[in-house]
Amino acid sequence: MVKIQIDGKEYQAEPTKTIIEVARDNGIHIPHFCWHPRLSVSGNCRMCLVEVEKNPKLVIACATKVADGMIVHTANERVIKAREAIMEFLLINHPLDCPICDEAGECKLQDYAYKYSKGYSRFEEEKVRKPKRVALGPNVMLDVERCIMCSRCIRFCNEIAKTPQLVFTKRGDHVELTTAPGEELNNPYSMNVIELCPVGALTSRDFRFKARVWEMSSTESICRGCARGCNINIWVRNNEILRLTPRYNPEVNDYWMCDYGRLNTFKYVNSGDRIKSPMINKEGELIEVSWEEAIASAVFKLKNFKKSEIAGISSAFATNEDNYIFAKFIKQVLGSSNIDFMKHNVGNDDNLLIRADKTPNSLGTIAVGAIPGEKGMNFDQILNGIKSGTIKCLYVLCDDIAISDEIINALSKIDCLIVNSPIRNNLTSIADIVFPSATYAEKNGTFTNFQGRVQRIRPAVATAEIDRTLDGLAQSRLDKFGAPNDRWTKGVKIDARPTWRIIVAIANAMNHKFKYNSAEEIFNEISTNIDAFKNLNYMKIGNKGALLNIKLIKYYKPVTV
Amino acid sequence: MNKINRKVVRTEDLNFWQKLYIPEILKGMKITIRQMFLPKFTRQYPEEKWIPPPSFRGRPVLVEENGKERCVACGLCSRVCPALAIEVQAAETELSKERYPVKFEINMLRCIFCGLCEEACPEEAIVMSKDYELTFFSQEEAIFGKDKLLMPIDELKDRLEFLRKYR
Ligand code: SF4
Ligand code: SF4
Ligand code: SF4
Ligand code: SF4
Ligand code: FES
Repeated sequence: MVKIQIDGKEYQAEPTKTIIEVARDNGIHIPHFCWHPRLSVSGNCRMCLVEVEKNPKLVIACATKVADGMIVHTANERVIKAREAIMEFLLINHPLDCPICDEAGECKLQDYAYKYSKGYSRFEEEKVRKPKRVALGPNVMLDVERCIMCSRCIRFCNEIAKTPQLVFTKRGDHVELTTAPGEELNNPYSMNVIELCPVGALTSRDFRFKARVWEMSSTESICRGCARGCNINIWVRNNEILRLTPRYNPEVNDYWMCDYGRLNTFKYVNSGDRIKSPMINKEGELIEVSWEEAIASAVFKLKNFKKSEIAGISSAFATNEDNYIFAKFIKQVLGSSNIDFMKHNVGNDDNLLIRADKTPNSLGTIAVGAIPGEKGMNFDQILNGIKSGTIKCLYVLCDDIAISDEIINALSKIDCLIVNSPIRNNLTSIADIVFPSATYAEKNGTFTNFQGRVQRIRPAVATAEIDRTLDGLAQSRLDKFGAPNDRWTKGVKIDARPTWRIIVAIANAMNHKFKYNSAEEIFNEISTNIDAFKNLNYMKIGNKGALLNIKLIKYYKPVTV
Repeated sequence: MNKINRKVVRTEDLNFWQKLYIPEILKGMKITIRQMFLPKFTRQYPEEKWIPPPSFRGRPVLVEENGKERCVACGLCSRVCPALAIEVQAAETELSKERYPVKFEINMLRCIFCGLCEEACPEEAIVMSKDYELTFFSQEEAIFGKDKLLMPIDELKDRLEFLRKYR
């Protein structure tokens, strides 16, 4: 440990750290463009200049290690002057693109121009022109003029994604970022360069021009793309999800998320495929009915079967709460032990984030007991039971299990098929009763990732039964100040309910007292009844998640590598 | 219950002639009759229209140049509008400006004619026109889309000149 002084205050610091790191650990912001906590130091932007006493010149805080007795000034007149000069230098060739630039509103260069520059330009010459609208790959758009040559994107590809796909060419103010001829920026993590880029040089092709960032609300949630459960923000305008961005969590995903999760896990929420009302199959056709009628019909059908003829398919896409209630329903109300979920594994785990298990909550489904245990039938046995006619009634939770002809053929023979699903799919088309269930972006709950970390999801999109204001959802400025007759408050609201609420309603209609008013109440019961979840609650989980006791999960054999 | 006794205090009592009223009425009539012979100020609106000066802030319109809107759908007018009257949706265009408003709507029932949109616009694409005649039969009718907002630049020369000079 060494003692250093920053802006007149003493701090203890590890000698291996740089000035910018020590300052950051102590809540002092030193402006910077090229430095990033997870990338190697490149020291090219010079924005982080600070004064170190007894040093003739200013030094860059990102590349200077602290030393005992060092006295640092981060905001004296010399430093402020230097920063103004650097900003002027960076802005010389920067185009006046803010009005058409997607980064505007969350742009480091814009923010720093307000904070650390003079506010006017002395440059009257022609700016250097470079290519605009260059598609660097399937997901990322490049505007070379806007690039400030910080090299963060290049270092990300080399050091984190381990796919060297970006380089600089030419020299001086003609430097251009590019890919090698015939190459593309297409690694599975390519879109992280969008947040890394301190300016609008790299932007998302998917989100391009969809909205200005200040028009959206953002909600802390969890990606449902795989068992990693990357922490994300869900960005919503007019009740529609427009983009997902990674949210920092050093234990799970650090600063990153993969392109698959970013692009392919939210569009179904606002798609035309959403089921708009409960449906009952009447003479081969699905007819929209009221919730009461659908629940009554489910109760009527379920009572027709013997305990051993009933099975439930839980879902690794559903929350811990959903699966817990479902398991309780199948076991206590219907008296069956035949309950299991379908596994969705694709490819292999990689070395960064991506998991082969493409569901967000397999471990949680096991941990809350939505699995057969010792007596019940597992997924394959249930399927065989359906084929042989011993299983006559199946309740499926939020998972399209009808993925092969074999399964579809078996399921179409069954006497009673009840399905909870947010969207129309192969399974709902052959179901007898369909309940529209809320998506992960429309409810409260928790997922348990492959590490055993229990993480919270929160509603970002309002359904028919949710009011954005009264139910405390994140609000944009328009949401806050709009009146009910404003068009933007009239975004589509689907009449879907969280799966646990649907199951609770059916259980109550069968005269079992399921008294739950919120996902949190269910979670509290889980933490009382299930050892692995002991001592956990929503408060403790917070926005970074909390580990359950993985050793206490019943029937779970961790694979040892 | 307390009865409130308030005495009416007159600062000045009417004199005899005033109490008679007739002379006072005649005095009033004299003013009225005199007006009938003085020049008239009444404008015969709507037959006779008033053309406001360039400093006037009528309804905001979008500047149309070479058959296209100047607007790049940056949304700054929408952000600055204190009445939340403006809704812009951007999209990509082949033109060199890269983006344009595929949808641009102003809710004229919300607009308070403050001119802040004009002030915020980095492209001089939205300006206050001289049009002050706005009547609607329904709320929907009051939402002006691009069809009603676009105005050829020739009709806005006055205002643009005024802005360059005085803003
Ligand atoms: S594109 Fe962005 S991240 Fe990459 S070097 Fe340029 S400014 Fe830096
Ligand atoms: S690694 Fe998995 S959890 Fe993370 S972003 Fe990708 S799909 Fe989502
Ligand atoms: S004039 Fe004022 S109220 Fe009307 S649209 Fe412009 S900013 Fe909004
Ligand atoms: S501020 Fe100007 S350019 Fe931007 S959206 Fe409004 S009218 Fe268009
Ligand atoms: S942050 Fe230190 S030189 Fe760029």
